[in-house]
Amino acid sequence: MSAAQAPAPQQALHEALLRIGDSTLILGHRVSEWCGHSPVLEEDIALANVALDLIGQTQLWLGLAGEVEGAGRSADALAYRRDAAQFRNLLIAERPNGDFGMTLMRQYLFDAYHMLLLQRLTASSDPRVAAIAAKAAKEVAYHLERSADLVVRLGDGTEESRRRMQTALDELWSYTGEFFIADAIDEAMADAAIMPHPASLKDAWLAEVSATLSEATLKVPASTYAHKGGRRGVHSEHLGHLLANMQFLQRAYPTAVW
Amino acid sequence: MATTGLPTAPDVWRWLETVPDPEIPVVSLVDLGIIRDVEIADDAVVVTVTPTYSGCPATSVISLDIEARLKSEGVDKLRIERRLSPPWTTDWISQEGRLKLRAYGIAPPIDGTNADGFARRRAGALLGDNFVVACPKCNSNETTKISQFGSTPCKAHYRCKTCLEPFDYFKCI
Repeated sequence: MSAAQAPAPQQALHEALLRIGDSTLILGHRVSEWCGHSPVLEEDIALANVALDLIGQTQLWLGLAGEVEGAGRSADALAYRRDAAQFRNLLIAERPNGDFGMTLMRQYLFDAYHMLLLQRLTASSDPRVAAIAAKAAKEVAYHLERSADLVVRLGDGTEESRRRMQTALDELWSYTGEFFIADAIDEAMADAAIMPHPASLKDAWLAEVSATLSEATLKVPASTYAHKGGRRGVHSEHLGHLLANMQFLQRAYPTAVW
Repeated sequence: MATTGLPTAPDVWRWLETVPDPEIPVVSLVDLGIIRDVEIADDAVVVTVTPTYSGCPATSVISLDIEARLKSEGVDKLRIERRLSPPWTTDWISQEGRLKLRAYGIAPPIDGTNADGFARRRAGALLGDNFVVACPKCNSNETTKISQFGSTPCKAHYRCKTCLEPFDYFKCI
């Protein structure tokens, strides 16, 4: 989308809210796949709690996205009745879990971005956005504390744990560039002071991540190549499989209630 | 027999003080500080509630419990509204609630230690966890954090080095 075709304000806000809410939804679902499978009980509980926080935040973000859209779609309708191409999540959120190191590295890279984004969103000119961000920021502070601690412990750990963390970092690094790439929707949100410009988060993120990775004795990859497309609906094949699992019940039994 | 008039706000507060939290039934919704407002509007009683954690599974049960309690007092015109801002903080748990938590075996939150993003974590890395969570069973100050994430979203997992018992600490947000 070129700047000449600037989206209508409400439509841009709806899309921008989907980008946040879909990222927390898809990552929350991914993390929930660990439930009952983690290496130790404490980590199983921690992963389930992080997933629960992310899905709770999704209800708020997608709830607001539906309200802004004004078409009568609830958070559940948005989560369960859209196809892959209508999802606006960051590609890193749909990456498969891999081993525990891969899951943790994905969480850390996202948490560091998420924390910065939420801190900036608490100053949003839209009070509804600011309220959700203030709520979510308190929860994400604990996510970041945990994922950063574990990245350091496992990076600066045994030869085997270090190798796994470096492998995870090398694979996931090219999915972090998408955090900071802007299009017309981001420009519109930044101009209206509703959301920060994505590029404005980059320096602080890089400083935080570099410090932690250095403490973890891990080497930041030199490549600046960035996979992108998730925020405008162009996804990897992994998202369709995830949605098939996540949406099955609501698609098969549309009127089912708990 | 249902009463036709609406109750007063202090009545409603008094009734809500007897509604237990679904996950930690030793404290009431009022003790937890999640009832933000009670208003007697022209047509209904309006109770404003704030969630503890955004994904707390107890949230919908809490609304049902409020409805059931007020119905038992004859209130059939009720609106429950959600308020997100300012976000709930453990600092809002009442003194009475803290005593009840401790007696129940859950270490109550320590004020002023709520999470605050990078600042909190960086300070923690430099200073360590410089606050003491006393064991709710034997009162020992020799305790250790097992995990920031415990049996519910609002609790962390600790262990007492003196009596060796594990216990929950009400996580500060």
